[in-house]
Amino acid sequence: MNALQAKELTLSYGNTIIIDELDLMIPKGEITVFIGGNGCGKSTLLRALARLLKPKGGLVLLEGKEIAKLPTKEVAKKLAILPQSPTAPEGLTVLQLVKQGRYPYQTWLKQWSDEDEQAVRRALEATRMTELAERPVDSLSGGQRQRAWIAMTLAQDTDIILLDEPTTYLDMTHQIEILDLLFELNEKEKRTIVMVLHDLNLACRYAHHIVAIRDKKIYAQGKPEEIISCQLVKDVFQMDCQVTYDPLFGTPLCIPYGKGRCILQKEGVSS
Amino acid sequence: MLATNRKRSIGLFILCLLFMTTIWMSIIYGYTDTNWKNAIEAFTNNNGSNAHIIIETVRLPRALIAAAVGASLAMAGALMQALTKNPLASPGIFGINAGAGFFIVLFVTFFQVHSLQIFTWLAFSGAALAAAIVFIISAVGKDGATPLKLTLAGTAVAALFASLTQGMLAANEKALEEVLFWLAGSIAGRKLEMLIAVLPYFIVGWIGSLLLAQKVNILMMGDDVAKGLGQRTNAVKVGVALLVVLLAGSSVAVAGPIGFIGIIVPHIARALVGVDHRWVLPYCALIGAILLIAADIGARYILMPREVPVGIVTAFLGVPFFIYIARRGILAK
Repeated sequence: MNALQAKELTLSYGNTIIIDELDLMIPKGEITVFIGGNGCGKSTLLRALARLLKPKGGLVLLEGKEIAKLPTKEVAKKLAILPQSPTAPEGLTVLQLVKQGRYPYQTWLKQWSDEDEQAVRRALEATRMTELAERPVDSLSGGQRQRAWIAMTLAQDTDIILLDEPTTYLDMTHQIEILDLLFELNEKEKRTIVMVLHDLNLACRYAHHIVAIRDKKIYAQGKPEEIISCQLVKDVFQMDCQVTYDPLFGTPLCIPYGKGRCILQKEGVSS
Repeated sequence: MLATNRKRSIGLFILCLLFMTTIWMSIIYGYTDTNWKNAIEAFTNNNGSNAHIIIETVRLPRALIAAAVGASLAMAGALMQALTKNPLASPGIFGINAGAGFFIVLFVTFFQVHSLQIFTWLAFSGAALAAAIVFIISAVGKDGATPLKLTLAGTAVAALFASLTQGMLAANEKALEEVLFWLAGSIAGRKLEMLIAVLPYFIVGWIGSLLLAQKVNILMMGDDVAKGLGQRTNAVKVGVALLVVLLAGSSVAVAGPIGFIGIIVPHIARALVGVDHRWVLPYCALIGAILLIAADIGARYILMPREVPVGIVTAFLGVPFFIYIARRGILAK
């Protein structure tokens, strides 16, 4: 079964159509990555899948049921979303932030339970934030801060986690750290992960399923090694490149043409 | 900062004691000095003496009104700052004071209304109307009532009502005399009946704020995060706006526009207990009450035997604090 599904989904901001009658299935228990140029609508699509944006037409199905018709707190127990560069109120501690992830389980009468306590503890451990729990979020480094937010979405205890550019503004070390963490969550706990990534090579390394978006539609989707080609990169990103294999992982590796110092003596490198 | 819930509870207890003390001081100190023995007698064994009458009909209502208004303005300020994500926001941003002043001057000018009791209802209606206009204007459009749109719409509507009020006052000097004392904000000469008239709104406002505190915490994380956590953010925003109208509208109805309590007290509360509104709001209530009672006692002594409107005292306290917050905000960027 699919974790999430979009049917003839049309999304717009005002009168501008961003996504036009798009059909999409998000496979359960896998990592799906949306790629595409700036402004192609991949973030918009992610927000619509998380019911943050109301579709202009069509619908989103969560485990086969229309997401707009489900009570939003029930959705929050099945699907968590981490928006792009979220900001915590000044002075909020990591522990306070992660505890907010239990909001969908709270009612007027039941404010805090053992189960909530356990979920928060597990989320802090999985993101290695236990030590930093009492620190204010705004005093952390970029990588730690992103781990704190991921811990909040983990505390939500959902099968599906959506992340909008979780590695933006992070240096290379912390990008890998965050993606490794998400990869482990998928491997060990079979959580369905859907994210928007800008780095095509990292997308190819971590994703089971890639969805390339262009012209308000899906241009191609499938396993990275089956769909990533010079032609795809040219069509989706308007960029010439050579596709080779990652020497460590064997996944597709895209090397852009363009200008720069060249110390190779081989012919035909410069285009 | 009080980092543990234990310390926060102790802090709350200390504030309660301080609150009781200021209430007592407000009853005892003033132009007619009296003492605590006299004050107790006024309630247990009232002999109709001058001092007893003053305590019963002037001092006690005044202390209670200062407490209710101070607490409510501070809570409304904290809610307003959360809703607009603006540390300098106050209930005034919703056009509450401007709307209340507009209605009072309008009715004094054109309908010859003169009683303070009727002022109460006019002020409340004006405050509610202005806030409704602000909220509706800012809720139009695709993103709904964002912090920025709320602040802009509120500033514009407040400026509009204020200029209409001034226009009417400029054309009608008699009305000016009548409403000037009200416009400065004061809790002197207010009767207990005026407080009782709006007490139900105050009570709903106080309890409602405490019940919504955790939802406000979630809303503070941003609309997308709050929606992702399963909050119906629009409903919560409307609820918070209604609470602000109940709390600040009732305050302005009883005491006129009293500035700065709504801005500075939330900052003091957050400096003490952090960002959790389940603590911030009760702290605001007590600190706001204490501060306004203290300012009102001060108002009696500054120009003795005459009284200064308490709104002027809070402005004197508030302005340096306001500048401090603004500078800190700029430096933090």
